[in-house]
Amino acid sequence: MRRNPVLTVLHRLAIGLYIAFALFPLYWLLKVSVTPNDLLYSEGVRMWPSRTSLEHYAFVIANSDFPRFFLNSVIVSGSTAVIVTLVAAIAGYALSRFAFRGKYWITALMLLTQMFPLVMLIAPMFKILSPLGLTNSLTGLIVVYTAFNVPFATFLMQSFFDGIPRDLEEAAMIDGATRFVAFRQIILPLTLPGIAATLGFVFTAAWSELLFALMLISGNAAATFPVGLLTFVSKFSVDFGQMMAAGILALIPAALFFLLIQRYLVQGLTAGAVKG
Amino acid sequence: MAAIDITAARKSYGSVDVLHGVDLAIGDGEFVVLVGPSGCGKSTLLRMIAGLEEISSGEIAIGGRRVNDLPPKDRDIAMVFQSYALYPHMTVAQNMSYSLKLRRTPKERITAAITAAAGKLGLDELTERRPKALSGGQRQRVAMGRAIVRSPKAFLFDEPLSNLDARLREQMRVEIKRLHKDLGATSIYVTHDQIEAMTLADRIVAMNGGVVQQVGSPLDLYDRPANLFVAGFIGSPAMNMIPAVYRFADGAAVAEVEGGHRLPLAGPFPVPDGTTVVIGVRPEHVTVAAPGAGGRRADVSLVEPTGFGSILHLAPFGPPIKAFTLDRGLGRDGAAVDVTFDPARLHVFAAADGRRMDPAP
Repeated sequence: MRRNPVLTVLHRLAIGLYIAFALFPLYWLLKVSVTPNDLLYSEGVRMWPSRTSLEHYAFVIANSDFPRFFLNSVIVSGSTAVIVTLVAAIAGYALSRFAFRGKYWITALMLLTQMFPLVMLIAPMFKILSPLGLTNSLTGLIVVYTAFNVPFATFLMQSFFDGIPRDLEEAAMIDGATRFVAFRQIILPLTLPGIAATLGFVFTAAWSELLFALMLISGNAAATFPVGLLTFVSKFSVDFGQMMAAGILALIPAALFFLLIQRYLVQGLTAGAVKG
Repeated sequence: MAAIDITAARKSYGSVDVLHGVDLAIGDGEFVVLVGPSGCGKSTLLRMIAGLEEISSGEIAIGGRRVNDLPPKDRDIAMVFQSYALYPHMTVAQNMSYSLKLRRTPKERITAAITAAAGKLGLDELTERRPKALSGGQRQRVAMGRAIVRSPKAFLFDEPLSNLDARLREQMRVEIKRLHKDLGATSIYVTHDQIEAMTLADRIVAMNGGVVQQVGSPLDLYDRPANLFVAGFIGSPAMNMIPAVYRFADGAAVAEVEGGHRLPLAGPFPVPDGTTVVIGVRPEHVTVAAPGAGGRRADVSLVEPTGFGSILHLAPFGPPIKAFTLDRGLGRDGAAVDVTFDPARLHVFAAADGRRMDPAP
């Protein structure tokens, strides 16, 4: 059946509009980051400055603590993503496959942790971490992020495991595998999309987290990049150009990460939607 | 190859019993079919033999060795699942060799085993394909190949043909039978399809409500069903069941059906006069003939031509019954037929508990 060309045009137009709307802030970020300081306030609102320069990027890389923040963020987000995914995979498998005492309550408890506004937890969290020497440290941030991301990631992984028929691991166990070998050789490879989705989700959550990082970290040495961005805000002025340049740079690892996992991700987010 | 002995095996989930003490001895090389409606416990029993379900009480032994506490991998059995359960990320060859690799079989032996199995199942051309690229019948074959490559002590089949269309099912049925003839392996096959059960089995185990109803050869179950359940379950079209009262007078045993009509029975039964019974008669044992041949005149309310013959729907004395005849001309255009019953072909069941009754010697 041929579609009405008017409908096709409208359809494309709607998609284009949607994408433009979603990406416009990013575009603005890019635009400001390449606008030289002297044009920033003098040209008014323009879609593209009359002259561009990379001076903000050069400054951010050479003269600010940004590379340090950047590295801290990579360490924190990367470790959190890996640890959370590992824990969530094992917990999700258990919730998906085994019947055990207290399963209902564990699930309910995990759900409960998702219901509190984070702001409520900052003070007690600080109180716990401070005597342990975990404030102002990357380890402390990793612990906190892991704790907050595990419940949701577990539900996510559980739903992926639920989508894999039990018959497969039963067949493997009859074929001569232990449950763990069946998990590793049969179930895990089939869950790669789910693992990629979970990794991506947790990585971005940790990458852009500001609240806890701001409260638990005070010096520049252990600051992550969202906290670092605030150093561009001084008492009397905001250095928008450098801030935006730093923002663009911070997008790079996240973008790279998703580029790496997107092959699995598309599969993962739609897995089980249709009989395959 | 090995014998399998099941002694008083029970299965309960909490307070719900799904299997009420099953005793079954399966001989070496025997093909046993567990048959029954859904929820009768047949799959549970199979999974208990496989080690996928725990045995609540009782004992299961494979080759003389108690396996109650052995994990599936140490029982040396192979299983074909209804869903085939092929590993989607492995090729056909990898699927079939997985069990051998886990056992650290030398590479040459693996290759030889796979070539042999693929040849036997007509999969030679497909060994490098993924399951996704196979048809239903081919997937079914791979699942069988995975089972036969390692010559296990026993094969377990869990409704392996249920996902195939009718023609393919018929074809695979024959292949399974031929395979069993070739390999002579002890096999336990679960199905709800009584035709599969009849055609494949050396012995059928008919189950209902977690209880074994009858164990015997297919023809045993067909010709001498032990109770109303087996009588109704085995055979298609199903056996006619006619409520009646047993009468014994003047040395002749009869069944008195609705309206006082009397059907002669083969000999006296060891029950008192006036016992309520159920008379069972298979459609092909209801003799129908053109009017005038003698017997009870009955209108034909419906004709189901099967090509091979016709199924006639009649009501010679109240309750509707079916008759199967090879004479396609009978019952056409609403013509009546004459119905007779051979006393030797009538099954008599006690109405109280559904048990089969045999004439006293």
